[in-house]
Amino acid sequence: MAYYDRSSTGDTLARGLGWFSIGLGVAELMAGRTIARWMGMEDRTTLIRAYGVREITAGVGLLALGDPKPWIWSRIAGDAVDMATLAAGMAPGSKVNPRAGNARIAFGAVVAATALDVVCAQALHREEAYYRSLPVPDYSDRSGFPRPVSAMRGAASDAPIRDDMRTPIILQFQGAADAGFPSPRGERGIPP
Amino acid sequence: MRALVWHGANDIRCDTVPDPEIEHPRDAIVKVTTCAICGSDLHLHDHVMPGMEKGDIVGHEFMGEVVEVGSDAKSALKVGERVVVPFTIWCGECDQCKRGNYSVCERSNRNKALADKMFGHTTAGLFGYTHLTGGYAGGQAEYVRVPMADRTHIKIPSGLTDEQVLFLGDIFPTGWQAVAQCDIQPTDSVAIWGCGPVGQMTIRSAILLGAKQVIAIDRVPERLAMARAGGAITIDFEEESVVERLNELTGGKGPEKCIDAVGMEAHATATVDSMMDRAKQALMLESDRAHVLREMIYVCRPAGTLSIPGVYGGLIDKMPFGMAMNKGLTWRMGQTHVNRWTDDLLNRIQEGQIDPSFVITHTVPLDQGPEMYKTFRDKRDGCIKVVLKP
Ligand SMILES: NC(=O)c1ccc[n+]([C@@H]2O[C@H](COP(=O)([O-])OP(=O)(O)OC[C@H]3O[C@@H](n4cnc5c(N)ncnc54)[C@H](O)[C@@H]3O)[C@@H](O)[C@H]2O)c1
Ligand SMILES: [Zn+2]
Ligand SMILES: [Zn+2]
Repeated sequence: MAYYDRSSTGDTLARGLGWFSIGLGVAELMAGRTIARWMGMEDRTTLIRAYGVREITAGVGLLALGDPKPWIWSRIAGDAVDMATLAAGMAPGSKVNPRAGNARIAFGAVVAATALDVVCAQALHREEAYYRSLPVPDYSDRSGFPRPVSAMRGAASDAPIRDDMRTPIILQFQGAADAGFPSPRGERGIPP
Repeated sequence: MRALVWHGANDIRCDTVPDPEIEHPRDAIVKVTTCAICGSDLHLHDHVMPGMEKGDIVGHEFMGEVVEVGSDAKSALKVGERVVVPFTIWCGECDQCKRGNYSVCERSNRNKALADKMFGHTTAGLFGYTHLTGGYAGGQAEYVRVPMADRTHIKIPSGLTDEQVLFLGDIFPTGWQAVAQCDIQPTDSVAIWGCGPVGQMTIRSAILLGAKQVIAIDRVPERLAMARAGGAITIDFEEESVVERLNELTGGKGPEKCIDAVGMEAHATATVDSMMDRAKQALMLESDRAHVLREMIYVCRPAGTLSIPGVYGGLIDKMPFGMAMNKGLTWRMGQTHVNRWTDDLLNRIQEGQIDPSFVITHTVPLDQGPEMYKTFRDKRDGCIKVVLKP
């Protein structure tokens, strides 16, 4: 079983990052063009929208799935892709980006988010290592029965169970061969 | 007195509160000697169950000694008697009680008007379980007021420990009813989702009631080990495909009887429906996560029975109801009619046919209750069932 602890610091941080991902993702998706323009990277609008989808997926994953670790790692990978894209936008390549300053601000924000992601991933892995180091108690002798299970099967088949708890006979699977269906004359069959 | 008090999500505290008093001639006051944390309490702790108010005392699985009896309960109950208190409060006089449907007693919910609005018609009053079911103070406390105490009790003969009989108030009859309402035939395969305390009792009940094959599903290794000890074949849903394995074990036909002993906080699996549930529950677009229900509908043999002791609170999404309808499935569900079963079950405990204390893994003083809620919920430290000593 994957180990994680829903009340740990690592998990709380992971959930926070999940909400952050969803927020950022929605912004990138809805306002992709505005964001791209602000950074002087209009030609990257579609890419930024796609990143929005990626963020939302990671965010839902963090909030939705039990174990946040794979999703935090997917965020870290995403951070790297973001940084690469922004670095390209800031680079004094063929054309100079007049808004490179804004791209630099965005780059700084991604660096900060990455740091948080890494801290979170480390905390989660530390917690998992701790839980794995704990001994698993052995309950294999806790049957609750005085005798082996084979001797207990059906021991209470005489239990007083009233008819309202019973399955109507025609819905019982037992004895299909002699349930009286289909009736010989193809009429309403009444099981014996 | 000391009691465990609900303050909000993830916030249950051991507080000092006023002692309960007799408010009605049918009341009794019980001094709690032993109580337990139930999986249903987790729904309150995690605040996925609506209807709690700050200051509510929680707990509905408890027993103790009668210390005061109202005038109208005196014929049935005496000071000094030892009782387990069923979590469902029942009057014994309404149409439902006369049918043995105690968990839908028409008269024990003092917030009937609210429940009528929310559920269409009221269900029974419950201890420590939201204002929808009466807002009665619960039993994770030193003392409890038991309404309709002339009915709402199970007398315990001497010679049995608290631990042996405590679960008569909830999880043992719950597992039992879950199986009883499946009407087990000796040819049946019974699949049970969830190996928590209710699942464990369900497994034992299915064996005692004679199922051919009992298959239990969970992901927690020590719970699966305890399930095997009780005679179940186990499936770890994180390691294997539940549907494939169940089909394999039933000659491709699917289990005749499927039991949901998980409820509204079903663990997310790596499936799209689970992810959507978690996200929607977080965004308050649905209240319950129904992965187990969907899986049961899918895998159950046509004309089979689904039995649902697992608790649900409100709305679920994407129910493959067409599948259920076309397969002609029978649905049985509900809170347990505790007292309907307890005479028989108490006998079985006395005769030594079963000892329900096998499920207890942790026993601590009441004031450690708040931490134990978390240990139990997160399945830490091999925790399966917590017993508290006030
Ligand atoms: N009907 C009643 O009167 C009644 C009485 C008591 C408890 N309950 C309900 O029964 C349910 C179980 O109670 P419990 O005390 O055993 O609680 P629990 O939380 O300890 O047990 C639930 C178990 O289900 C497992 N689980 C989660 N997701 C799963 C999945 N997708 N497939 C298979 N297993 C999964 C968990 O790992 C856990 O072991 C709760 O919903 C509780 O409210 C109902
Ligand atoms: Zn309960
Ligand atoms: Zn009644």
